[in-house]
Amino acid sequence: MTKAFSLLLLYQLAGEAIVRVGKLPIPGPVVGMILLLATLMCHRRAAKDFREGAAVLLQHLSLFFVPAGVGVIVHVSRIADEWLPITLSIVVSTFAGMAVTVWVLKAMTSRRGAGEAR
Amino acid sequence: MNAEALAEVWTALSQSSLFCLTLTMAIYLVSIEIYKRCNYNTWASPTSLTIIFVAVFLVVARIPYPRFFEGAQFIHFLLGPATVALAVPLFDHWKRLASMAFPLLVALVAGSATAAGSAMLIAKVFGASREIVVSVAPKSVTTPIAMGISEQIGGIPSLTAVFVVITGSLGAVGFPLLFKWMKSNDAAAEGFAIGVTSHGFGTARAFLVSEEMGAFSALGMGLNGILSAIALPLILG
Repeated sequence: MTKAFSLLLLYQLAGEAIVRVGKLPIPGPVVGMILLLATLMCHRRAAKDFREGAAVLLQHLSLFFVPAGVGVIVHVSRIADEWLPITLSIVVSTFAGMAVTVWVLKAMTSRRGAGEAR
Repeated sequence: MNAEALAEVWTALSQSSLFCLTLTMAIYLVSIEIYKRCNYNTWASPTSLTIIFVAVFLVVARIPYPRFFEGAQFIHFLLGPATVALAVPLFDHWKRLASMAFPLLVALVAGSATAAGSAMLIAKVFGASREIVVSVAPKSVTTPIAMGISEQIGGIPSLTAVFVVITGSLGAVGFPLLFKWMKSNDAAAEGFAIGVTSHGFGTARAFLVSEEMGAFSALGMGLNGILSAIALPLILG
């Protein structure tokens, strides 16, 4: 657990370093994730060092959004002023985006599957 | 101890990092208990409950948000290593993911553009101010990336963070209903769509449905983060 956590921090740190050096527009943790994925592909056995630690963190992933979410109290009056466009915008776009993603993906995978004619 | 001394202790403690951190964790545990008592009803998601309870408490107790964040940042910090940890489920399902690489990328662009584009369009049509229209654009992207994008395109990062959280809770609560209505029955496609539109929140819930759905969701979230971080500032900047 401590080993997994230390390694995750190390990958995040490496990600941050690459982002700064390369002036990339993506955040360090995402680069860290790509680095770790690349490592696991090269050393398949290393996955067991991470599994337990990763499971604990991912299980509580949504807790980690709480501090940012509580920031709503800073913007209450602004959101109250424009609640209608905000609500409609978020509700419609979230489900429209979700539906479009599923439709496109299903259409493409089923067509390809039929084309290969197994 | 008299009332005055008690009030003094309360004032000192309630403004401390320790108090705010403990408060958040305690409310989270209570929220999980409420969620269990509601038979795991998606509308009683522990994260949304925690945010609402903590927000109400801070307003009532007059604890300013920056003070609260000094304590809560220890929780916020874990978003980083948790994002890195997403590499593990991605690795576990890599074969399937790689075999679908092209359809996944096309669906990613379509879904990401629909989510960001329709969000901005609807906000604009219904008369939202420019800051709101811009701040709502990266709302389907995970918090740290979304805040960075918002800053680059002239939005308000902390407002974007709030939209991100609202979007995530909504997506996580609503996806079972949407997919039931669509008569969809494809854990991989659904998981990917959840990740593209409702980032970490959706991903956390997708893992509860199945490991496969979670892995596809993690991939969708990561790819949409990268795509949006590059495309949105180019288009809107």
